[in-house]
Amino acid sequence: MSRDFDAIIIGSGPGGSTAAEILTEAGLSVLIFERGRNHLIDLDNPAVLPQRFSNDELKYMTRHFLGPDPWAEPRTFRTSTADGDRQVIGEVNNLPATVGGGGVHADGKLPRFRQDDFLVASELGAIEGANIADWPVTYDEMEPYYTQAEQLIGVAGLAGANPFAAWRSTGYPMPPGPPMYGALVTSAAASRLGYHPYPAPTGVNSVAYDGRPACNNCGFCAYFGCPIHAKGDPVAPLRRALLTGRAQLRPQSHVSRILIENGRATGVEWIDARGERHTELADRIVVACGAMETPRLLLLSGLTSEQIGRNVMFHMQTFVFGIMPFRVHGHIGRSVTHVHDDHIVIDEAARAAAAEAGLPWIKGGLVEHCSPSHMIAEAKQYPWGPQHKIMMRDSPMRDRLLGFCMQGDDLPQFTNAVDLDPAVTDIWGLPVARTTYQLHTHELVASRHHGARLAQIMKEAGAERIMTATSPKTTGDLATSHSEISQVPISRHVAGTARFGTDPSSSVCDPWGRLWEAPNVMIADSSLFPTGSGYGPTLTLVALCLRNSRAFAA
Amino acid sequence: MPAFLTPLQYSILEAVCARLVPADAAPDGAQMGAVDYIDTLLGAFTFTPPRIWAGGPFSGRFGGAASFSDFEELSPAEELAWRTRVEGSRGIPERERLGPVTGLQETYTRGLAELGREFLALDPPARDARLREVGDFTSLVYEHVCEGLYGAPEYGGNRDLAGWHYLNYEGDVQPRGFTDAEVSEA
Repeated sequence: MSRDFDAIIIGSGPGGSTAAEILTEAGLSVLIFERGRNHLIDLDNPAVLPQRFSNDELKYMTRHFLGPDPWAEPRTFRTSTADGDRQVIGEVNNLPATVGGGGVHADGKLPRFRQDDFLVASELGAIEGANIADWPVTYDEMEPYYTQAEQLIGVAGLAGANPFAAWRSTGYPMPPGPPMYGALVTSAAASRLGYHPYPAPTGVNSVAYDGRPACNNCGFCAYFGCPIHAKGDPVAPLRRALLTGRAQLRPQSHVSRILIENGRATGVEWIDARGERHTELADRIVVACGAMETPRLLLLSGLTSEQIGRNVMFHMQTFVFGIMPFRVHGHIGRSVTHVHDDHIVIDEAARAAAAEAGLPWIKGGLVEHCSPSHMIAEAKQYPWGPQHKIMMRDSPMRDRLLGFCMQGDDLPQFTNAVDLDPAVTDIWGLPVARTTYQLHTHELVASRHHGARLAQIMKEAGAERIMTATSPKTTGDLATSHSEISQVPISRHVAGTARFGTDPSSSVCDPWGRLWEAPNVMIADSSLFPTGSGYGPTLTLVALCLRNSRAFAA
Repeated sequence: MPAFLTPLQYSILEAVCARLVPADAAPDGAQMGAVDYIDTLLGAFTFTPPRIWAGGPFSGRFGGAASFSDFEELSPAEELAWRTRVEGSRGIPERERLGPVTGLQETYTRGLAELGREFLALDPPARDARLREVGDFTSLVYEHVCEGLYGAPEYGGNRDLAGWHYLNYEGDVQPRGFTDAEVSEA
């Protein structure tokens, strides 16, 4: 069989599309496989941006339009091996299966990590039960790639506004967009209490950028595709790759296996939309399926390292909601316009809370100032009967609700893992990804400590009533709350399942993201992350992919 | 002409929806289109393309050419998933990969039969008591009522935008959007 392409890229999300741009720029021809559908780009004429996405809560929030369908392509979940083969079948942390991947539904908060996020083992030190390791790359080495990633995606932000930020060589490509009213209320309260809120670095255009228009504040942002291409979703790198004439994108094409012989990949097996199986050969393979599907594919391909799928991390999300005595209209504007980093920095109070719990340190995460905007989701929370319309008009759970969401740093644990479910299969007959996951005491202590501080800010903001919740839910002595949110973490920030490092016995990939077992396979997603940080993974995975793809193309 | 429900089922469901969201200054749930939303979901595959995903990008309510009514085609895998969800697995092997699935059609047929014609003869407090007795079915219908009242009208509900209008909610606003002042001011 002929080799029609120099490289095969599996997955068209932020990682895969960045790899496509860099590899085609280096002169290689690439074939991009995407298991989901294409609504993002005109494959015949990539210069034109088609408008297909819509402001439609049913389609995106209830009916799985961006995929994957939880019956056709489910995942499974259990908290530990003691819980049997699985406790949940269906939707487990689904990132979209669509051209553009997670970049399509994200609301585009794109912070950089800080210096110590790359050196947790050597700067903060080990914690019992956690499998902490330094990254094989430092912030200083990453900084030029961060700068480039911000420019390629198009990030709006304000340099210098966050006193805890790592150094940066240049400002953001765009100024921040308009601040949401609710976030102005909570960020003013946070400032009065000595915290340091700042405009969220966001991959949403505040001005026309890169041939795409400025955001018009429609409010259907997180979980929705952007109808006008104002988001910095992967349309930009995909378009640049396709316009070279050296890239082909094949939607609804599910790669079921990487073919590996004698420590080298030779190509892939894939399944088309009608279920027919095919083979495509190439000398370089890029795997960018996300931190749950990437280890699944490696295991389906017969790779044997016992490190594959280990150390899966989510963010532990701590929510503090306040019902305000006034309307906040959270349905107008970007989903989140303000954040603060104070809970990431380990201060005296955090050290004391850690010591009291017998831990050397605790770290929280980025706090997003948010307000809900989804009306169907709101309605379902109220009781039926005469109260329904009274509650909808009063709107305590939407139009009078302000919130904080802390993306709490989640320590890697060897026993938290993604593997192949022994019995449950997807619609193609392939074993699905199973997650075995429970929180470390660190996350519980950090959530309780920082959640209490967030409640103080919410009180200062004027909330009539304050509620807390966590995801995953917490029980027992260290519980922050007993929420209705399920045991499956709802955070879409997932990482760590094919970590890169300097030692093949404790990592899956080398310091350039290539599989130790088959070095012509490069991983291009957050699977690589040895530790998670308290920041969303996307900008960092794109920056890492810029660095690693250049080396991979050489 | 309903897509799935019989005239009797339609009448019972109207009565149910009117208790789940009763009339006040605004119409009741049935009057706002909840029954038609549910009927459209249950009968989604009597339409071509099926009424699962509305089109895009714009409804035409705030400018742009209206395209929500041009429903999306489903892939073979998506059609299998949605037919299984709506029609149930019915012993068809490819629909029973994860075990038998009771479809929404059967759940509604059974639930409405259990309430029966006699539900229509009850007074409002007795109807509420009956709905509490069949709690699981009531919860499912209520979820669909919420979707039918506050989702886009192209899915069959939210008649004359009544669900959005009584709350002064704009709904889908593309391509107009909102001004920066509307974002930032009280």
